[in-house]
Amino acid sequence: MSKTVSLYDLAKVLRSKNAGPFELTLDVIFESKESYFLVKNSGVITKELICKLYNVKEEDVFHLVFFDQALAFKVTMKRHVDSGSVGDTDVYGAQQHAPLMKISIPVKE
Amino acid sequence: MKELKILSPCGILGYGYPRNSFENGLKRKPDLIAVDAGSTDAGPHKLGAGVGIVSRQATKKDLEPMLIAGYEMQIPVIIGSAGGAGAKPHVEWTMDIIKEIVSDKGLNFKTAVIYADVDKSHVREKIAKNEIKPLGPAPELTKEALDQTNNIVGQMGHEPIVMALENGAQLIVAGRAYDPSVFAAYPIYKGFDSGLAYHLGKILECGALCAEPGTTKDCIMGYLRDDHFLVEPLNEKRKCYTTSVAAHTLYEKDHPYHLLGPGFELDLSGCTFEQFKEGIVKVSGSKYLKSERYTIKLEGAAQIAYRTLVIAGIRDPIMISNIEEIKGEVIEQVSDYFYEIPNDQYKILFHLYGKNGVMGPLEPETEVSHELGIVIEVVAVTQELANTICAAVRSTLMHFPYKGRKATAGNLAFLYSPSDIPFGPVYKFTIYHLDFVADPCELFSTKFVDL
Repeated sequence: MSKTVSLYDLAKVLRSKNAGPFELTLDVIFESKESYFLVKNSGVITKELICKLYNVKEEDVFHLVFFDQALAFKVTMKRHVDSGSVGDTDVYGAQQHAPLMKISIPVKE
Repeated sequence: MKELKILSPCGILGYGYPRNSFENGLKRKPDLIAVDAGSTDAGPHKLGAGVGIVSRQATKKDLEPMLIAGYEMQIPVIIGSAGGAGAKPHVEWTMDIIKEIVSDKGLNFKTAVIYADVDKSHVREKIAKNEIKPLGPAPELTKEALDQTNNIVGQMGHEPIVMALENGAQLIVAGRAYDPSVFAAYPIYKGFDSGLAYHLGKILECGALCAEPGTTKDCIMGYLRDDHFLVEPLNEKRKCYTTSVAAHTLYEKDHPYHLLGPGFELDLSGCTFEQFKEGIVKVSGSKYLKSERYTIKLEGAAQIAYRTLVIAGIRDPIMISNIEEIKGEVIEQVSDYFYEIPNDQYKILFHLYGKNGVMGPLEPETEVSHELGIVIEVVAVTQELANTICAAVRSTLMHFPYKGRKATAGNLAFLYSPSDIPFGPVYKFTIYHLDFVADPCELFSTKFVDL
């Protein structure tokens, strides 16, 4: 049986924030190349997964980009309500990251 | 080797910084002190209402050592997005504080004030010429939305600031500016590489947030050289690591290595981050790519409603299990009672903390807490109507006879007496658009004053 490890355990930084008032961006940053490439090469991080986790449509996920030099990946999606407008519940978008923590990455035994 | 040293005291003017860190910065003999004072992060209220999110006292406390150091060391001091949103009331508020300090401390500066306010008539013309477009998922700008908008600002690039420097400004108070431009303008004026200057600016604009432990409330130093730059924290408790500096590069941007600014794209795909010394990071390879057409980002906010709210708690497990049904029935009962008021005059919202209060429809968890925090929110066309509807929702929910109820004395634990809080006006970003301009300076007007 293959083992898995959570993204929470692998990442050094795992956060969300506005990228302007109409977009929400998720950053996951790693300390070691091993962890970063384990996640990148696992193929687990896909738009499909983000859509499932956040209950959003694929066309509303604008970017899912890995940045090797920074040992990081970023996901940017449409905000369902613009920042600070009626019905918004997170003006800075700073508390939308938690669902990423439980993502399981397979590791070789 | 050419080198330019930039001291960034804190992430937002008025957030505060330790005196010791600032002193450490001055010991390194900076060539420039620059600070960003604004952001759209706190929502549309600042821009719409013409107010800030920091206090006057804190802003004065932060500005005083900067101005004294700038005067004594004869180095430029540049403040961007003055007053929080960088519209005229924000710039005047900042100038008022500066005048007080200059007169109290016997300083003097040739000062340039750069206004970033944009006229509605200009936007109307641009709409007609089809020379304005929504940025990303921002909605199209309608005539009604433009009419409703209270304040409009454009995010300046480095060009208007460079122009002020060319004209001998020692102190520059800029209205809304692209945050990194405030840091990049002086080095670009001095002939340094624009790509490195902007990338360094992007890192410095949040103070010590690029260090570990990261904070916007501490100083950071940038050393810009011919083909790289260094970032050094000025508090011995903090260190910069390649990961912390790289992490900050991505911060609040939609793409990790294509950063769009006024008139350019910053291409960081070929960047390297190296640990130069303990706590100091070296960055190279940042590229400035000139855009085909120069665009200025416009921001506008409009007052759209008034709000009244109630904060309370719910601990009864029977009520918690029925909460969705109760919400619907309360709204129905209140709108039935006020049948004479059209439904489009007000809106009732319930925020349930402990049940998707933070993430709303994005929340994947289904577990509900044993207690719920509830915010009853009513937005309406007038404050009076918001108060009226909110009072009715509050009393209806307080005594609502939900299915299976055993606690017949009351359904809510109010946090305060009185329970209802009139909030005042509610704003919305109506403009978040790119304006195609012929000249990077055309939207900005500069006034020189001798302080």
